[in-house]
Amino acid sequence: MSDLDTFREETRAWLEANCPPEMRAPIVSEKDVVWGGRDQSRLTAPQKTWLDRMAARGWTVPDWPKKYGGGGLSAAETKLLREEMARIKARSPLNSFGISMLGPALLKYGTEAQKLEHLPKIARGEIRWCQGYSEPNAGSDLASLATSAEDAGDHFIVNGQKVWTSYADQADWIFCLVRTDKTTKQGGISFVLFDMASPGVSTKPILLISGYSPFCETFFDDVKVPKANLVGDLNKGWDVAKYLLGHEREMISGMGLSGGGDALVEGALATVGVDAEGRLADPLLRAQIALYEVRALAFAAQSERFIDELKAGQAHPAQPSMMKYYGTELNKARHELSMAAGGSDAVEWESERSGGGRAARAWLRTKANSIEGGTSEIQLNIVAKRILELPG
Amino acid sequence: MPLFLNDEQTMLRDTARDFVGENAPVANLRRLRDSDDATGFDRALWKQFAEMGFTGILIGEDAGGLGLGHVEAGVVLEEIGRNLSPSPFLSTAVAAVAALDGTAQAERWFPGILSGETVAALAIDEGPKHRDGVTMRAERAGNGFRLSGAKQFVTHGHVADLLIVAARTAGSDADAEGVTLFAVPADAAGLTATPERLADSSIAARLTFEGVAVDGDAVIGEVDAGRAPLDRLLRAGRTGASAELLGVGGGAMDLTVGYLKQRKQFGALIGSFQALQHRAAHLYAELEVARAAVLKAQQLLDAEDAAADQAVSVAKAMTGLATTLSVQEGVQMHGGIGMTDEYDIGFFMKRARVLAEMFGDANFHADRVARGRGY
Repeated sequence: MSDLDTFREETRAWLEANCPPEMRAPIVSEKDVVWGGRDQSRLTAPQKTWLDRMAARGWTVPDWPKKYGGGGLSAAETKLLREEMARIKARSPLNSFGISMLGPALLKYGTEAQKLEHLPKIARGEIRWCQGYSEPNAGSDLASLATSAEDAGDHFIVNGQKVWTSYADQADWIFCLVRTDKTTKQGGISFVLFDMASPGVSTKPILLISGYSPFCETFFDDVKVPKANLVGDLNKGWDVAKYLLGHEREMISGMGLSGGGDALVEGALATVGVDAEGRLADPLLRAQIALYEVRALAFAAQSERFIDELKAGQAHPAQPSMMKYYGTELNKARHELSMAAGGSDAVEWESERSGGGRAARAWLRTKANSIEGGTSEIQLNIVAKRILELPG
Repeated sequence: MPLFLNDEQTMLRDTARDFVGENAPVANLRRLRDSDDATGFDRALWKQFAEMGFTGILIGEDAGGLGLGHVEAGVVLEEIGRNLSPSPFLSTAVAAVAALDGTAQAERWFPGILSGETVAALAIDEGPKHRDGVTMRAERAGNGFRLSGAKQFVTHGHVADLLIVAARTAGSDADAEGVTLFAVPADAAGLTATPERLADSSIAARLTFEGVAVDGDAVIGEVDAGRAPLDRLLRAGRTGASAELLGVGGGAMDLTVGYLKQRKQFGALIGSFQALQHRAAHLYAELEVARAAVLKAQQLLDAEDAAADQAVSVAKAMTGLATTLSVQEGVQMHGGIGMTDEYDIGFFMKRARVLAEMFGDANFHADRVARGRGY
């Protein structure tokens, strides 16, 4: 038996013994997602158990080095762990911008002290992070950002405003882009970390068309940030930001996969039923769903390929843009179809039958997929210029 | 197994790319068409394919082949697609070999395929749209059978040495079972092949069988149980056609992106216009997703995984969609020059249309995915 076979067997047995039954059901609502953070009072007992057990093995971040709280697994072992988790439909024990975005950037650009300070806490879900990138006048044109960090000896004084800061009102720390040199555009940006509990930080949720407010406006008023919290070199934050954006796009592209077509098909079968041959009774809806499923299944293969290529260092550095573009467009298409399949039930906004408008709110939420993390148009610009090498 | 080519497969791809690119570029297709060639492909080139070992990719080492898999066959097919090379590789070295593999017929036909002497054609389709069903009849006669009926869209059917024919020996037309697969020598009495030139300049035959007598040995596998070898043939053929389509789509995209980088209008390279950049980037994304779908199907087929069947339909449907987009965008972005016979992009559009129909189009396979998923 090869080492990998042994690893699979042991992993399977461990997951079987340690994954609580409640954590083997599909994610239905926002409450089911574990974000971690200082305040863990909102976690249910099974969520807490699952998080703690996985974190103890380093399996919330299986491919990070052990000294930073990771599992130290190889690419092949990580893939196998993912497969074994999928086999028992185990939920992710921890969702975190720390894992998917800041962690990889710290691993590449952080000092040893920064890695030892922050990575293990991310791995254990002890600190919830948010991302301070966009500003009112710096969305797609991110390098126009104006939030300033003035040199004050051993610390910076940060002033300005961020917008679309996901879950800023619930985050413990922020990784933030600030301007440290006003004379150049991309060359005057730095990447800093600070505690959201610092004096001068305030947040205000933004109500969205879905009726939720996952995003905030975030204000900084003379916030003191120690210089030890600068990641990468002064004025070189753009490199860190770009690297991190690649990981963000990678994460968002995964949304094209969430749920697959099962719920869609079930929804359609429930509303329109089947014809004499057992086919979905609305032939045009059936055709649309079938063609959607072809793309979704093909994209699932592409996601697997992309991850395999990333781990092997073979992916084009701009490929996350393609993945983000395709995954989010696909996710929007799925929810559009899901609304069509649900019919009038799906547009109910508050009823118990509709789960408080779950379908409609989720559908509206997806409309931001092709805007946040860089719009679809920005991703296409990147693919055109960096992969296809089209001019100017 | 990671979902990208390993080192050996990458080497094979480079070899195939050089070989096909040098020996059978698009100019070769143009030459065959302009000379009104009646065969539809270059027999000398087919021999060279054999000398390179390509025709034995799917044939086991014990039978003198390379004992490789669908990933490797696909690597060659993609280059065939990229160069629009007319070749019996898909029908013979991929689909026919998959059907014959492990049956008593393998011993008879594999040596000729390995040496590049034998060309096989697939008499599967009975109407203008590919279907899974088989209605053509084979009646028992003595120790053999008599085949009567018609087939169409039989690529290379007018020059093939071997015809693989699906006919019904039991049950009614709608039944999945009761089908028998036959290896019919091309010179069988009562068999008429009418070659038809297709839009892409390739030639496919309409075949009529008027009581064509074959002996019992012609049965591939078992009588009434031809669905197994037929399914092998279809899975291999569909996956192979997907790989070839991917090559056609990729070739068209390369041509188009190259054109965007050199054509000037309004004093600027047209590739600098955002309207065209976005469409080119979208096309790139569709082709990348299609590439992954093809590789997934090939790997699952090689692993004899039960999930292969769905993956094969996803691959054929996805390449159908992506390559259709690629050739349409190709002609459009080339503007007027794209409509000229002199320029190659139109050849890609015509080849894509033929391959899209072969072994079932995107709608056929999306329907298959839906049925497999229970709706």
